[in-house]
Amino acid sequence: MTTSRAAWWFITPALIVLGVFFLLPVVAALVLSLTDYDLYALADIRNLRFVALENYWALLQRPLFWSALGHTVYFVVVGVPLSMAASLGAAMLLNSPLARFKAFFRTALFAPVVTTVVAVAVIWRYLFNTKYGLVNYAFDSLGIPTVDWLGDPHWAMPTIILFAVWKNFGYNMIIFMAGLQAIPGDLYEAARIDGASAMAQFRHITLPMLKPTMVMVSILTVSGYFQLFAEPYVMTEGGPLQSTTSVLYLMYEEGFKWWNLGSASAVAFILFVIMFVVTAAILRVSKQGAPA
Amino acid sequence: MSPRVAKALINGLLIGGAAIAIAPLLYMVSVSFMPQGQASSLPPPVLPTHATLDNYRQLFMNAGMGRYLFNSLLISTCITVISLAFNLMAGYAFAKLEFKGRQRIFQVLLGALVIPAQVAMLPLFLLLKYMGLVNTYGAVIVPALATIFGIFLVRQYASGIPNDLMEAARIDGAGEFRIFATIVMPLLKPIMVTLAIFTFLAAWNDFMWPLIALTGQEHYTLPIALASLSREHVQDSELMMAGSVVTILPVLVLFLALQRYYLEGLLIGSVKG
Repeated sequence: MTTSRAAWWFITPALIVLGVFFLLPVVAALVLSLTDYDLYALADIRNLRFVALENYWALLQRPLFWSALGHTVYFVVVGVPLSMAASLGAAMLLNSPLARFKAFFRTALFAPVVTTVVAVAVIWRYLFNTKYGLVNYAFDSLGIPTVDWLGDPHWAMPTIILFAVWKNFGYNMIIFMAGLQAIPGDLYEAARIDGASAMAQFRHITLPMLKPTMVMVSILTVSGYFQLFAEPYVMTEGGPLQSTTSVLYLMYEEGFKWWNLGSASAVAFILFVIMFVVTAAILRVSKQGAPA
Repeated sequence: MSPRVAKALINGLLIGGAAIAIAPLLYMVSVSFMPQGQASSLPPPVLPTHATLDNYRQLFMNAGMGRYLFNSLLISTCITVISLAFNLMAGYAFAKLEFKGRQRIFQVLLGALVIPAQVAMLPLFLLLKYMGLVNTYGAVIVPALATIFGIFLVRQYASGIPNDLMEAARIDGAGEFRIFATIVMPLLKPIMVTLAIFTFLAAWNDFMWPLIALTGQEHYTLPIALASLSREHVQDSELMMAGSVVTILPVLVLFLALQRYYLEGLLIGSVKG
């Protein structure tokens, strides 16, 4: 058997899986979003009608779609910078020559990443319980007014953001650590000799040298945060007053609770387009800012 | 700032950060041993008044936790073993075997990385429904049997294997499959461990797709069962914490045992992710 014949045997199983169970459904989703596929079509395919862009049009006129998009954007715009700041801070601490027991601290800080979202969300729901939670108890003991964390529409999303930062910062911390280690030590040496302060070193050496890592991390994190679903599903069921209903939560309810698969596919595609545009924008901006 | 103050500050912050990261997990373990009702008393108890295994007993005897644990283990193991084989073969072929269209196919796969998995979920559900796979283990296992990320990871790693090794074997008349099994696989062992632990953890923790595809309790994985239990038993914090321990412990132990491989994979995967 020739090498190229053998090569096809090697790649065919993976290509079949990816083709049939991922790429084909993606194309089908586009078609589906142009139809009125619903419970009736599910029962009898002859009830299916082609409706062109009607699903998209109807969505753009639904207040719930806009509020779901708003909540998701809120989660991304506040959550991503907070998350990245926590990751970078932790990475710099761990990278400091003065830090001790580095392996232990690294493992401890990373541990939340490998845990199951649903399980840790259950823990947080208890910790932030209005009546019996440790957090409100601590607030009360310190004389700070307590908060109805997951029950108040203004506080539910901030609580979920806090949870997401806690759960995820370890991942980017590892990537930032690798980025920091790649910065040549003589740069800092030279800056110290010139009398640059720690803050100046951070602004003029660490941040610029870390830029490629930053761009990559921000793209990965933004994409991940746009896919908010499990946290509101477990912690708030999209409430209170739908204040934590995300785009994917809307897609899930539209598709698998009400069986409006056509409309739900349109939601999925709009999310995909938004993610694509935002990613492209980050890449664009990062290239413009680069020194010629 | 004097070096001694800086050292105290840095290590103090690390201790604080580590405490925030692990405290919720330790608290979970503590509450899971509390007798029923203790978690809903004031002031919130930190340790059980008398430790009990009642919650675990109730989970396994009455709530079907044993079944869910078995489902999770079965599904995650099947996905890990089979997808490891598929991704290894494909990743190696894309790195080392010449064939027509190699570049183009790989470009398409890399391009598809930007598509979020959720876009495929609605038609995938219909496809599996027509195949009669909805609410079977297959509904969760089959779509996960190959991943672009896995192929990419293996390809990156396999590119480092010197071609001479394979050439020498070909001259000796060895077939491609023998070369793969006897020469390439042993060299890929580190990336196999990395990919295996990545895949297992992802399969174990996966939530949205199993929630959609497994409609009956008898096939629930741990996260789905836990989410459903937590909606029913909002007040039974002790029971829910025990459920969380059962769900988290296996992956946490696996990670602690193999963390070097896991962190390495995270870095390779994000270089061009």
